[in-house]
Amino acid sequence: MPLSTSSNFARPDDAFRAIVEAHRGLTDEQSADFDAALVLILANHIGDIDVLREAILLAKRRMIDGQQQQQQQQ
Amino acid sequence: MAQVNTHQAKTFQTKTQFGYRRHSDQDRPGQASAEHPVVIVGAGPVGLSLAIDLAQRGQRVVLLDDADRIGEGSRAICFSKRSLEYWDRLGVGDRMVEKGVVWSVGRIFHGEQQLYQFNLLPEDGHKRPAFINLQQYYAEAYLVDRIGDLPDINLRWRNKVTALEQRNDSIALTIETPEGAYRLQAQYVVACDGARSSLRQMVGAEFAGQVFEDQFLIADVKMTAEFPTERWFWFDPPFHAGRSALLHRQPDDVWRIDLQLNRYADPLVEKQPENVRPRIARMLGHDKFEFEWISLYKFQCRRMDRFLHGRVIFAGDSAHQVSPFGARGANSGLEDAENLSWKLDRVLRGTSPASLLESYHVERSAAADENIRESTRSTDFMAPNSHQEARLRKAVLSLAKETEFGKRMVNGGRLSVPCSYYSPLSSHDADAWAGGPPPGCSMLDAPVATRESEQAYLTDAFRKGGTDFTLLSFSNGAAVAAPDGVKDIRIGGTGGLADPSGLLAKRYDAEPGAAYLLRPDGYVAARFRHPTREAIAAALSRAQGFN
Repeated sequence: MPLSTSSNFARPDDAFRAIVEAHRGLTDEQSADFDAALVLILANHIGDIDVLREAILLAKRRMIDGQQQQQQQQ
Repeated sequence: MAQVNTHQAKTFQTKTQFGYRRHSDQDRPGQASAEHPVVIVGAGPVGLSLAIDLAQRGQRVVLLDDADRIGEGSRAICFSKRSLEYWDRLGVGDRMVEKGVVWSVGRIFHGEQQLYQFNLLPEDGHKRPAFINLQQYYAEAYLVDRIGDLPDINLRWRNKVTALEQRNDSIALTIETPEGAYRLQAQYVVACDGARSSLRQMVGAEFAGQVFEDQFLIADVKMTAEFPTERWFWFDPPFHAGRSALLHRQPDDVWRIDLQLNRYADPLVEKQPENVRPRIARMLGHDKFEFEWISLYKFQCRRMDRFLHGRVIFAGDSAHQVSPFGARGANSGLEDAENLSWKLDRVLRGTSPASLLESYHVERSAAADENIRESTRSTDFMAPNSHQEARLRKAVLSLAKETEFGKRMVNGGRLSVPCSYYSPLSSHDADAWAGGPPPGCSMLDAPVATRESEQAYLTDAFRKGGTDFTLLSFSNGAAVAAPDGVKDIRIGGTGGLADPSGLLAKRYDAEPGAAYLLRPDGYVAARFRHPTREAIAAALSRAQGFN
């Protein structure tokens, strides 16, 4: 089963908001700790190494795109 | 495991020392040097086991070692079920198990709290336990004793190979002894001379890999203690804040303690007994112990690109090296020996083509990769490489307190199990199987009973009369005869072994009529729901290197 990138939440704003609110009041360090735990919990829930790898690739592309943008701005 | 610095804290009673003895080979001038079928270099657990295995198969073996004694210090301690089954075949299994400390349970702690416990062999019906702990010097001493029963092995102490010359059809070795040098020729040389192998340098091979920066203090201490016979591993224990620790029992009231130190620790300072003592006293809560051995290690994971270099074959630590969390060093070396010996025997007899040896490289280098991968993951989990790695580990340890998946992600060492081979010697399943060991996997043990109702195990039946290719068949009254030279183990029917518990048929997913073709090292070569003479012969031929 490939990674699903279609919109899966009936109310996507609620999902985004839930994550944002979870970070409210946390220091950057605490936020990073929180994200690490959340990633592991969600990865286990997905339970499919191929889907996880695809998700990692998709997320990694943000890094590459970000670097290219930075280079263009310079 | 790479030993950076060793320090012998206390004068250690040498368990076994051997004298150099002159051999008549040394009296032959260079041109007329003696020729032997196999020379093994290095009398550690791997070289000794390989020599015994080859001799039991009828080969004459010369075994050389540059020392005159069994190595001191504890070094390897955990020997796996697989290794014990191999040692059973070599006639030393009982002695090892009698002396060893049997264990199967491990516990992982974080701080003062137990995160979880695991059992490496939670089911009955196996002859051998998941592991024994036994000091390597005992294992070597028992193997040397066994060699005394085998006149086909000539074990020469203080014989150091100083040069090696590959020829088309043989190898010439120059060997240094207390009475000067002599030369030998061999059809094959097996280098079991350890992580710092001098033969590896002589063939000019690289030993590429990774060195881990963190240092680990390993101490064997003697004390009477009430801890259970279990493997205890701590992350961030109260007695050693921020780092990891391991406690494991050995025979003779000796306990193995591993303490992770930082990468900047000064080995010369840290290994001083007066500096080690308070660390261990904090761990144990008392200082009523004596040191047997103290050493400081940086772990390394490396392997040779190829395990075969012409007629020189590398086995054990000379070919691959892993960090110790997982008991994958000595055990994988013993798996090398059992994989190699039957192949080398067949090639020397001319009953298989020399290319059969290539499958040793294919199978065992893949196993080395697996062992390196597993032990690298464990070491990285114990010593994270970045803030983010440390953060992920922290999340895992914290999730482990309340979730099953968190416990499973905590990596305090994944202990050695036999590797599965994706092998040119295997015949792929033609039938549907819901369980049982597929081709390329190790056979599984199970209880059997003889007609006289004697209780035994499948591994006993397998080794009885010497291990060769074996057809394990489950009788349906019309058993297919094993091809010539293939041993028969029949389950059920008249004259067959009984399967009183039903575990054997269950573990092999076997219905009446099914058959497994086992290799001499106990690996499955092929299996059949409805075997035919032709299918068995084809699988046998493939497993013997004809294809």
